[in-house]
Amino acid sequence: MFALICELLSAWAIPLVLLLIPLAGYLRRVRVYEAFVEGAAEGFQTAVRIMPFLVAMLVAVGVFRASGALDDCVALLKPLLSVFGVPPELVPLALLRPLSGTGALGMTTELLASEGPDSLTGRMASTILGSTDTTFYILTVYFGAAGIRNPRYAVVVGLAGDITGFFMSIYICRLLFSP
Amino acid sequence: MINLIWLLLLAGGIFYAGSTGRIEAVTPSAIAAAENAVTLAFKLTGVMCLWLGMMKIAERAGLVRLMSFIIGPFIRRIFPSVPPNHPAMGAIVMTVSANMLGLGNAATPLGIKAMQELQKLSRDRETATPAMCTLLALCTTGVTLVPATVIALRAAAGSTDPAEIVGSTLAVGLVAATAALTVDRICRALYGGRGR
Repeated sequence: MFALICELLSAWAIPLVLLLIPLAGYLRRVRVYEAFVEGAAEGFQTAVRIMPFLVAMLVAVGVFRASGALDDCVALLKPLLSVFGVPPELVPLALLRPLSGTGALGMTTELLASEGPDSLTGRMASTILGSTDTTFYILTVYFGAAGIRNPRYAVVVGLAGDITGFFMSIYICRLLFSP
Repeated sequence: MINLIWLLLLAGGIFYAGSTGRIEAVTPSAIAAAENAVTLAFKLTGVMCLWLGMMKIAERAGLVRLMSFIIGPFIRRIFPSVPPNHPAMGAIVMTVSANMLGLGNAATPLGIKAMQELQKLSRDRETATPAMCTLLALCTTGVTLVPATVIALRAAAGSTDPAEIVGSTLAVGLVAATAALTVDRICRALYGGRGR
């Protein structure tokens, strides 16, 4: 029942927002079309502004992944993290999550296929993907759009959230779903 | 700090590829990533226009004020440097709302908008203010009520209960957000109150 509600909600959430905002606007006598176009115009300059920031970050992450350094970091970390009860299959996801959103999505899809979505590892992977975000992408895009070149301690803050999210996912899933 | 991380990823990757005989993988991956960045930026533009248009209607209709009324007291407490009636506050409220509802593709444009509004409050154009770092902490952890993407992914993989991770995701999100906000407070104190 709860699952059905959530599935319906995830299908309906965006259509509902797209319906309710203009509808409420119209009822409040907003010139909806004109207001929309006025707001949308601000969106265009952002693409040009974030491009150099995105190129810088994606090239660095791309080269690091292609060099095989990421895979070897994973191999190095696996035995270390298994001491803390981290399933070895989840280590690549932990390292990729803050760096690449599409990469983490692909890896979770793979994990769900190989381990099964209802296995403990599958549930942990799902929780990790749902509760954390691509810190480096967000940092690049948000700060890039505002023209911020020096993010100061924001990297530390974002990564602290990711690390906490990863370990808490494993801990809480063990607590909730362990047979 | 970002300079060091960037250099570490790029130079580390090149040295590593060179030492393990994979140097020919570097050029295509660098070129592909650069092209990919432009595609990504343009893809984001369309979504950005869509949600900023919606945001403008919501603003005129008074919906932003309504959301501010609901979650504003909490937001005002973690962003003490932002004046309550400044547009930045409205944008932050909308970003957090979109994140909570799991509207991932709306959250990014609204977050960008919030960051640009915070920039208007800043005196130093190139350095992040404490409020910007706090916003980042909130956006990278994000308390999600409906993790729509993950539920869809699990349903596609044939799960018997795709939505069973809603509870664990919410719990982890809360803890992670608290941790990020705590680290943010500590860093803010360590770095001193430069900027606002």
